[in-house]
Amino acid sequence: MPAKELSPIDIYQRLPRTNCGECGEANCMAFAAKLVNREALLDDCTPLLEPKNKEAYDNLWALLKPAVKAVEVGVGENALTLGGEYVFFRHEFTYFHQPAIAVDVSDEMSDEEFELRVNVVNDFSYEYIGMKLTLDMLAVRSTSGDPDTFAAAVRKAGELTQKPMILCTHSPELMQKGLEVVADKRPLIYAATKENWKEMAELALQYGCPLVASSPQDLDTLKSITHTLEAYGVKDIVVDPGTKPIDYIAANLNNFVKQRWQSINEEEEHMGYPILGLPLVAWTVEEEDTIINEWNEAVLAALCIDRFADAMIIHGISGWALLPQVILRNNIYTDPRKPVSVEPELCVYGEPDELSPVLLTTNFALTFYTVASDIESAKLDCYLLVVDSEGMSVESAVAGRKMTADTVAEALANFKVGDKVKHRHLVIPGRSARLSGEIQELSGWTVSVGPMDSSGIAKYLNEKWTPFPED
Amino acid sequence: MVKPKDIELLLNKNLLEKLAKFQEIELEDVDIELDEIEFSVEGGSGGVSSPLLARLGFEFALIRDSANRITSLLGGPASPMGMRMPQMQPAVPGLAPAAPVVKPTELIPETAGVPVSKYPGSIVEVKLGATKAEGGTRSTSYVIGGEKVSPFFNFQAATPNKPVIALDVFDWPKVPLSKAVKMHFREYLEDTGEWARVCVEKYGAEMINVHLLTIDPLIEDATPKAALKKVEAVLEAVDVPISIGGCGDPHKDYAVFKAICENIEGERLLINSVTLDMDIEGTAKLVNDSDNCVIAFTSMDVNKARELNRKLYDFVPKEQILMDTTTAALGYGLDYAFTVMERCRLAGLKGDPELNHPLSSGTTNAWAAREAWMKMGPEFAPRELRGPIWETITGVTLLLAGVDYFMMMHPAAVDALKTTINHLMKNDKPAEPTEWVSVRL
Repeated sequence: MPAKELSPIDIYQRLPRTNCGECGEANCMAFAAKLVNREALLDDCTPLLEPKNKEAYDNLWALLKPAVKAVEVGVGENALTLGGEYVFFRHEFTYFHQPAIAVDVSDEMSDEEFELRVNVVNDFSYEYIGMKLTLDMLAVRSTSGDPDTFAAAVRKAGELTQKPMILCTHSPELMQKGLEVVADKRPLIYAATKENWKEMAELALQYGCPLVASSPQDLDTLKSITHTLEAYGVKDIVVDPGTKPIDYIAANLNNFVKQRWQSINEEEEHMGYPILGLPLVAWTVEEEDTIINEWNEAVLAALCIDRFADAMIIHGISGWALLPQVILRNNIYTDPRKPVSVEPELCVYGEPDELSPVLLTTNFALTFYTVASDIESAKLDCYLLVVDSEGMSVESAVAGRKMTADTVAEALANFKVGDKVKHRHLVIPGRSARLSGEIQELSGWTVSVGPMDSSGIAKYLNEKWTPFPED
Repeated sequence: MVKPKDIELLLNKNLLEKLAKFQEIELEDVDIELDEIEFSVEGGSGGVSSPLLARLGFEFALIRDSANRITSLLGGPASPMGMRMPQMQPAVPGLAPAAPVVKPTELIPETAGVPVSKYPGSIVEVKLGATKAEGGTRSTSYVIGGEKVSPFFNFQAATPNKPVIALDVFDWPKVPLSKAVKMHFREYLEDTGEWARVCVEKYGAEMINVHLLTIDPLIEDATPKAALKKVEAVLEAVDVPISIGGCGDPHKDYAVFKAICENIEGERLLINSVTLDMDIEGTAKLVNDSDNCVIAFTSMDVNKARELNRKLYDFVPKEQILMDTTTAALGYGLDYAFTVMERCRLAGLKGDPELNHPLSSGTTNAWAAREAWMKMGPEFAPRELRGPIWETITGVTLLLAGVDYFMMMHPAAVDALKTTINHLMKNDKPAEPTEWVSVRL
C-alpha cells in the first residue's frame, strides 16, 4: 500500500493491541499513529517480537516498508542510508534520506590532486541554520585499467577518508582488486551491466557489499539486471538509469521519473531501488572554460536532487557550485510536515540594559535563526521582538500583509517591551521599511529602519544606535 | 543443518574458542535459520569484568554481522537484529528466495513499463502580448500553459508551450541591487526604456517586467500619469510583450493600473499583480475591459490562491489569469515555494477548476538569500558566479514544479535557464550512454 494511503487503523488492526505501553506510547492506537508517520520502529513493540506474532510482524513490515529499499553503504559513524523513500512527491508525506554526494578521484591523479579532492570530501562544511552541511562519499574510478594501480588508489583512499566509497570500474578483475583492499568498509560497487553482471554479483556476494545495476538509457534492461541480481541472491542494489550531459537533461529527467514512478506509484517488483545520478558527465563535454562544465554539473545536480536521485557523483569541487547543491538538497529533504515558524516572543541576547536596542523580526524559522545567529556571533546585547507573521519572511510578510503596523504595535504591548527599556526606539528590518511611519503612529515608538540583511545589524547598531534619537 | 538459534553460548573462559568454531563452519548447500542468538551471562563464574564484557559485546556484534552476511549470501532474510531503522527491517519472507539459491545463468527478460498519467484536467492557456495582426504593436506574442501532465514528463505528453523568461527593470535608480547584478545594468539605471532595451537586445529577454517602484507613496509617490509615461517609453523602446509591476500598496497600485489599462490599447499587457487585499472587482474589471492579463498573487498558500482565483472569475475570463504563489530563494524557503507550486499544478491537472492556471515566479527573489550575494570565504568565491548559479538553481527547481513565466535578473542565469528549458522541451533519445567511468576528466 502506498505510504500516502496508509492510515493508523490499518496498522492498529494488526498490532497485538495489548496497550502495554512498552513502546513508550499511551496505547496501541497512539503507537500505530507514530508508525504511520515513521516516527517509531516496529521493533519498539515488544509483544510483536514474540514468535507467536511473527506473522503479524511480517504483515506490518510489508505495509510499512519503504517503496524504495534502504541500502546501507559504509560502516561506523560515516555509514549512509541511500533510498528508503515512500513517496513520489515530497508533499505526499516526506522524503527521508538526502541524496548522498560523492566526489570522484581517479587512479591516475597526482598525489597532490588526489589528496586535495579527498580533503574536500572530508572537510567541506557549511553552517546553515544550526546544521552542518557536508559531503558524504568518495568515488574512486579507474582510468588506468590497471589492477594494481587501481588497488593502490583504493588503498590510499581508504587511508585518507573514513567516508563511504564507491568503487568505479566495469572490469570485474579490477573490482576484485579494489574490494580485496576495502571490502570491510562496505563500499558501493559500480557497476553490474548486462555484460558483466554475473562476475559483479559474485563479488557483491563474496564481499557482502551493495551493488549498482547500470543500464544507461535502457530501463527494461535495468529491470532485467535487478531482477536477475535478486535471483542471484544480491539484496542491496542501487540503480543507474543513466545520466547524460545537459543537452539531454530531458532524458535524465524522464528516466529518473519513470524508474521512481514505477517503484512507488505502481509498486513494480524489481524496481524499488535507490537511484544513482551522475552529474559529473557534464565534464565529458569539451567547453571553452571548465567553469561551464562545473556550472552545467551544478544544474544537473539540481535536477538529480529535485527529481529522485538518492546518491550522485560529482567532479567539481568549487565552493560556489557545491554550496547551492548542499543547500538545495537540505531544502527539498526538509520534512514538509513540520512547522516552519518559531514562537513569537521577546528574545534576550547578551546582557541588555534599559538603554539597549530593541530589534524586530518575523517568526519564519529561517528568518529568525538567521537573525539570531548574526546577533549571537556579533555578541550584541539587545532585545529581539519576534512578531507573528504566520511563518513568513519579512519581505513576504510585508507584501502579504502578515506583518503590519497593527501586529507590531500589538506585539510591543503584549510582550511588555516598554517595561524592559527606558527608551521608545525600535529598529525594524530594512525590508519592512514601508511600515515605519505607520508603526510609529500606532505604537508611539520612534522607528528606525535597519539594514536590508541581518548580517549588517552589528555595523548598523555600532554606527547609528542611540536610545533617544530625537534628542 | 546448522541452527545457531540452538547454540547457547555461556560467557566463560572457553567462549572465544567456541566462537572461533564459527570460522570453521563450511557453508555449502546448507540452510541457515537465524531468528535470534541468545546469550546469557553465568552469574558468579569467575567475575566477568566490564572491559571484557565490552570486548565480548564487540565480538558478538561481529558474529551477528557475519551471520547476517552468511544468511544473506545464502539468500535468506537478514536478521532483525540488524539496524533498527524503520527502513531497515528484514525483508518480507516470501519475497526472498529460499536457500539454496539456484543462480540464474542468463539475464531474466523484463519490461519496465511506461507510467501512464490519468489526469482529467489541464492548465488553461494564456496569451501574453499582441502583434500588429493581433491588434497590438509587439513583434511577437506568447502562449503559455496548456499542460496536461507534470512538468516535462515528455514520455507522457509533449510540453505544449515553452515557459517564458522576462527580465526585471525598475523605474527607480536607487533600487537595491546586488553587485553581481548591478554591474550589468549600472549605466541604464536612470533610463527605464534603455534598461529594457538592453535586456532584450543584449540579454535575450523574451518579455520585460517594468516595476513601477516610484509610485510608492514612501518613495516618490509618482502620479499614475507619470507611471503611464514610463510604461509608454518602455513599449517604445522594446518590441516584446511587457508586464507592469506595482509597488505593493494596494490603493496606489489600483490607481496606476487603472491609468495604464484605460490608456494603452491592444497590447495584452500582464498586470502584476492583483492581491486579496486589493479592490479585486475593480482590478479584475480593468483587466477584462482592456483585454489584458493579470497575475493573481498570494503568499504560499494553496487555499488563498484558490480563493483569489474564485473571486476573479466573476469578472475576468480564466484565460487572462496567471497565478503566483510566491517565490522564496534557495536556502530561504525554496522548499515551500516548490511544494506549493507543485501542489497547485497537480491539483489543476487532477481537475481542480480553481487552480489550473499557468504559474508565475519572481525568481529574482533568489537574491534575497545572503549566500547569493554576500562576500564569503575564498572557498566560496567568486560571488560573481555564486549569485547567478543561485538564481539559476532556484529557477530550475521551480521550472520542475511547473512555472510557466519567470521574472529574472542576472543575464547568466537567464541564459542558463533558457538553455535548460530548450533542452527540457526535447524528447529525442540519446544515441548512446555517456562513458565517464574510465575517462580522464
